Amino acid sequence: MSLSAPDLEDPQDTYTLNMGPQHPSTHGVLRLKLTLRGERVIAVEPVIGYSHRAHEKMAETRTYAQFLPNTSRQDYLSGLIYNLAWVEAVEKLASIPVPERALVARVILAEFNRISSHLLWVGAFLADLGAVTPFLYTFDDREAIVGLLETVTGSRLTYCTGRFGGLSKDLDADFPRRAREVLVRLRARWPELEGLIEDNVIFRQRTMGVGVMTEEQCRHWGVTGPVLRASGVPYDVRKMEPYGAYPRYAFTIPTRPEGDVFARYMVRIAEMEQSCRIIEQALDGLPEGPILQEGSIGVKKRLKPPAGTLYYAVESARGAYGIVLTSEGGTEPYRAKFRTPSYANLAALQDMMPGSMVADAVAILGSLDVVMPEIDR
Amino acid sequence: MIDFVTTLAIGTAVIMGYLSVNVLFLVWLERKVSAYIQRRLGPMEVGPQGTLQTVADMLKLLGKQLLTPIAADKAVYWLAPVMVFIPTLCLASLIPLSGAEAFADQPYGLVVIIALSGLTVIAIFMAGWASNNKYAVLGGMRSVAQVIAYEVPVLLAALSVVLIAGTMNLRGIADAQAHGGGGLPFLLLQPVAAVLYFIGITAETNRAPFDIPEAESELVGGFHTEYSGMRFALFFFAEYTNMLVLGALGATLFLGGWHGPWLPGPVWLLLKAYALVAVMMWMRWTFPRLRFDQLMSFAWKLLIPVALVNLVVTALVLAVWR
Repeated sequence: MSLSAPDLEDPQDTYTLNMGPQHPSTHGVLRLKLTLRGERVIAVEPVIGYSHRAHEKMAETRTYAQFLPNTSRQDYLSGLIYNLAWVEAVEKLASIPVPERALVARVILAEFNRISSHLLWVGAFLADLGAVTPFLYTFDDREAIVGLLETVTGSRLTYCTGRFGGLSKDLDADFPRRAREVLVRLRARWPELEGLIEDNVIFRQRTMGVGVMTEEQCRHWGVTGPVLRASGVPYDVRKMEPYGAYPRYAFTIPTRPEGDVFARYMVRIAEMEQSCRIIEQALDGLPEGPILQEGSIGVKKRLKPPAGTLYYAVESARGAYGIVLTSEGGTEPYRAKFRTPSYANLAALQDMMPGSMVADAVAILGSLDVVMPEIDR
Repeated sequence: MIDFVTTLAIGTAVIMGYLSVNVLFLVWLERKVSAYIQRRLGPMEVGPQGTLQTVADMLKLLGKQLLTPIAADKAVYWLAPVMVFIPTLCLASLIPLSGAEAFADQPYGLVVIIALSGLTVIAIFMAGWASNNKYAVLGGMRSVAQVIAYEVPVLLAALSVVLIAGTMNLRGIADAQAHGGGGLPFLLLQPVAAVLYFIGITAETNRAPFDIPEAESELVGGFHTEYSGMRFALFFFAEYTNMLVLGALGATLFLGGWHGPWLPGPVWLLLKAYALVAVMMWMRWTFPRLRFDQLMSFAWKLLIPVALVNLVVTALVLAVWR
């Protein structure tokens, strides 16, 4: 919905509503300064920084290995992907070889992590729309994934399983069987989601045509991830700048042309199925061998990458996550800069929200799937 | 005179006592229904199957401090929970429990009920306005608009029943379903009106998917954001009592009231009323919430035209048939 100029100029009958930082639907400590006329949003200003922990500065004062636990605390919902991104970036900088088995295992774990993040989003998003029940169901499915990942990594939320040159723990002999069981369970869930959520009239009314982003606007704000793909741009780091073992696997990039909240939901659902496909292929072709490179003893060894700068990007559950890593040859990075997807996606709210209702504002914010600690870092 | 006062006192005590127990029961039922839908157990710790959980919650609310925001309009803020509570209490006395038992048998009982149930909205708006909180004001405004919109289809649906029954007396309407009107519950004769009525009362009691005045994901707590302790409990009390009363009215209008084989009248009425309430709970835990403007256009563009057409068709059929 477009606003005419007088709408924005006349301050007489508008008022400001502070949504957050303590509000049920701001997903953490986000504050939205909404300018409203009645129930219609005239302007929105996201205020961030409530959970700023200076991760980038911390990276400069710790060794490469000491920074490992920080990574998964940036995005606590797909922490494993962030953890592996840091490991892979350092490996690339220091030219550490990685065994085949570790490469494939990383893909399996990361994709499971992606599905668990998307599942949680489905539940939380529906709760934003006023349907509380799906949350319990998707959490149950997520629990199966988290339990599976726990048997390999030992953690359930903030994973720290990546090691320079492999992984901390090997997948046990029984892992493929358990993983396939989880896949069967998940795949039985998609038709159920389709029948109960996607085909629901109220859900469609609440999401279709709401919070539309054009391809142009997405490019302007640097939006990535499912939000970008829902606007019809088939951009996925796993395809565009393939990393790890991803080039070996056949999968498609789901896109939708509409660019609205509904399209974002559909893209995420389709992505979960694609992740299942990747995991299945990876499990079929899981090579034998060591999980950690001989001689590279993970965290204990003092690592001194040669001087240089690199940019390393991965596709997280929220979009393109990039690391700019500069080494001056010491044991600590000279500078680490993180390009987090939610930051750019959240900024695009300023384009998406004006003209919508308060209830839509909640739906739009929910559809972005922002994780505040990842924005604030 | 003494007789009248005694009857009044006993009647009030019985209704108050029953409604308090009813609220405790309904809150427990709501939790159990939601737990069943969500594959949980729900409350299990206090009492057998958690039945005393709501009693414990009530005690907790009694012990809580009654906070009044500094900027609130003190008198109105204090009055709102009382105001929301009184009409629901009056409503309960108007429902005929059986052929012989009704606390207040009015010739125009239906009109009185619909008029009284509209009063709650004033109290809700008072609460929203007096709290001096933007979320509460939004909730209050939504509530007014919503109740005005949804009273109309409820009234029109009830009118189509009145046309068939030929009376506005609730006892007469229930009796018409036993031997008059072909002896059928009006649910079968007026299915459209029954659906309209049910949707309407779901909206009137602020239940999901029409719970936008207190939409917790948008407005935090809506009109009762600033209320604490027993004041908050009174809003709760009113909501659940309203559910039961409007459920009982629905049972009287469409399901034959207290008429039914084997069991005594009041038991039948309550069974039917609670069945309707259970459906309302089922809906709450199944659907997402409508948006405010969609809610309004749903009422004005769909429900009211359908209700009008239904009323006219009913009148025409009756005119031809009789």
